[in-house]
Amino acid sequence: MIAEAGLAALWLAAALAALQLALACGLGGEQGKSIRAVRAVAVTQGLVTLIAFAALVELFLRSDMSVLLVAENSHSQKPWLYKFAGTWGNHEGSMLLWVTVLALAGAIVALFERRLDHKTLGASLGAQALLALGFFAFLLIASNPFERLDPAPLDGRGLNPLLQDPGLAFHPPTLYLGYVGLSVAFSLAVGGLIRGNVGPAIARAMRPWILAAWVLLTLGITAGSYWAYYELGWGGWWFWDPVENASLMPWLAATALLHSVNVLAARGGLRAWTMMLALVAFSMSMIGTFLVRSGILTSVHSFAVDPLRGTFILALLALYIGAALALFGLRIAHVKEGAPFEIVSREGGLVANNLLLSVILGIVFVGTLYPLVAEALSGDKLSVGPPYFNSVASPLALVLAALMLVGPQLKWRRDAKPVLPRVAPGLLVAAAVLIATVLLAPNIGLLPRFGLAIGAALLPASLLPLIGRSLRRTPLAIWGMVLAHTGVAVAILGMASDSAFTQEKLTAVRPGERVAVGPWLVEFRDVLPIAGPNWTALEAELRASRGSGVTVLNPQSRYFAEPPTTTNEAAIDTSWNGQLYAVLGEPTDQGGWQLRLWWKPFVTLIWLGGFLIACGGALALAGRVFRRRPQGFYRTGPFV
Amino acid sequence: MIVRPKHQRLVLVILAVLALIGAVLLAMWGLKDRAAYFVTPSDIAAGKTTPDKAMRLGGMVVKGSLRRDPDGLTVRFTVSDLKAETPVVFRGITPDLFKEGNGVVAEGRLQPDGLFVADNILAKHDERYMPPQMANEAPAQ
Repeated sequence: MIAEAGLAALWLAAALAALQLALACGLGGEQGKSIRAVRAVAVTQGLVTLIAFAALVELFLRSDMSVLLVAENSHSQKPWLYKFAGTWGNHEGSMLLWVTVLALAGAIVALFERRLDHKTLGASLGAQALLALGFFAFLLIASNPFERLDPAPLDGRGLNPLLQDPGLAFHPPTLYLGYVGLSVAFSLAVGGLIRGNVGPAIARAMRPWILAAWVLLTLGITAGSYWAYYELGWGGWWFWDPVENASLMPWLAATALLHSVNVLAARGGLRAWTMMLALVAFSMSMIGTFLVRSGILTSVHSFAVDPLRGTFILALLALYIGAALALFGLRIAHVKEGAPFEIVSREGGLVANNLLLSVILGIVFVGTLYPLVAEALSGDKLSVGPPYFNSVASPLALVLAALMLVGPQLKWRRDAKPVLPRVAPGLLVAAAVLIATVLLAPNIGLLPRFGLAIGAALLPASLLPLIGRSLRRTPLAIWGMVLAHTGVAVAILGMASDSAFTQEKLTAVRPGERVAVGPWLVEFRDVLPIAGPNWTALEAELRASRGSGVTVLNPQSRYFAEPPTTTNEAAIDTSWNGQLYAVLGEPTDQGGWQLRLWWKPFVTLIWLGGFLIACGGALALAGRVFRRRPQGFYRTGPFV
Repeated sequence: MIVRPKHQRLVLVILAVLALIGAVLLAMWGLKDRAAYFVTPSDIAAGKTTPDKAMRLGGMVVKGSLRRDPDGLTVRFTVSDLKAETPVVFRGITPDLFKEGNGVVAEGRLQPDGLFVADNILAKHDERYMPPQMANEAPAQ
């Protein structure tokens, strides 16, 4: 019954999206009257989609094995949290979550966007409805999550044990909120282009959505990186896997957009450029979804292969992105020139930021899609991995970071004063660190060396925009920028330190033997069997000592019965200056065990930096949302 | 330096186009010798591969071929695509799904003597995974 209700809700939501689109198209003439109807339909569509999603969650919680999706991806003996998270741990469920967020985003815009003129808002809500319609069709035609299974099996096939992890339970929803949050920027850009209304108003309407989406993407990427780090047991934190790139590409575009939208909102400049980025950012989200969900990749993340779905999403992609670019081409001549500025100015710095981010995005994009294109054209199968991305994209990222020493200190429009005194502190720190690393650690690579220097220089330089301001009256948005830029410095230091100073030991050890790694002496004591809620494991006891400090690590090799799988659970000891990372391998023929140890100095800074970046974004968002409510906001409720 | 307002959009457009071209050129340069080709034991047998270039070898781990060296860390096994076989050596902890009879992708280099030295065994965390070539050929079996 619940499954049928959910399916009915999905059909109804699709019909409402069609109605919303039709109403928005008919909105051309007299304004003000029918915008109410569009708003009401958008809100209803959001709620009905939410009901469909809630129905699927309920089916998973009840372990209703008569539903195909539940039977294939869940198991009645699973902990509650993983039944819940299992809802989106599969293709159909995650697409339903995607479209739910899309519909809810439209509903929130309909409810709360009060400052934008009705025509532009109507066109934007129409665009949002068109987006939703395509993905509803995709769900209903190619990936029905509510399909029944007859006869119902006694129990389900279980969730991939790798995905049974509390961190991962909330990783996809976070990323999806970020991906789909960008749809609003896309729809607003489409609305603005259609109505020829591209200016500060549309930038201000976009900005909270870009900030929120960007914060969630940052958090999602950071959390995903940490998850891969401790769960996969390979000691790495970023693998340039296409699925990781699928989340990085929208992030890069959103980062550029985040910076350029400020130029448009504050100075009325970079109009066409900002609209283009808004279209590109959500296009990247859709491409990311296509890469992950079409099964076109055979990477560690891909779940299944189904050509119908791939073709369907590809067609949707081509349609939406093509239409958006065509609209841009047709309408951009009607967009007024932005306010002028000189090359050395805040705008100039932001243009440089945008160009570099776009080049990095292009490099990641080509590297990610090249294997697919090459296979389609010539049949050659190849993979593009860390050697490409590290050597081509990373140096540019460092150039971008170096630019951050200057950019935030430039004045808007024109900056006539000499720049050098303002960057001197940063340059001095960078030079000092370069000399120090050459003397103390002559063997580290060029990239980590410059990473350390630029990261260290950026740490104090990020705070410089606060100088000369009254701290109490500094807007939250400035605090946010300072915090986020500090986060970039911290993350770069972590990345550089990890690649420059990590020490690794791979050995076969017998109980009682000791291994030295970095400053640690690790004693391998014993391996014992233990049991968890739905797994059994062999657990090693390691006693690691450094000076007088002693810590115990328990890496495990876990066996899950449903579906039958073994996973390695790394043990990680975090101290202020780094992490000791241990992985238990297999028993050897000589009565010993394989053991892999890493000492990773300051590796935690990577995720701390990511977290700070997200916090900076959240602070800026709070500053934008809670400042300057339009007059009468609280009196005029929705639909008025 | 002042860019006249009239020309500003033109300048920005030119910059954007240059950036785009730059990105593509950089990417092409980077891809030229950093893309690892996916090969099968048949490709190696047919001499289609260059030794000492990074590549990915895909196939099935032949049943009964898995051996461990006395150091407890080195494994030797044979990868087959049902037409040809390639011996592989790997030092390290093998991923969870690495088993005899399962699909495998080994990342590494081919020695001139025909031994494939893997520096990474890719975990395919999906019991349904097959190397693409195998999946293509499976229905024909």
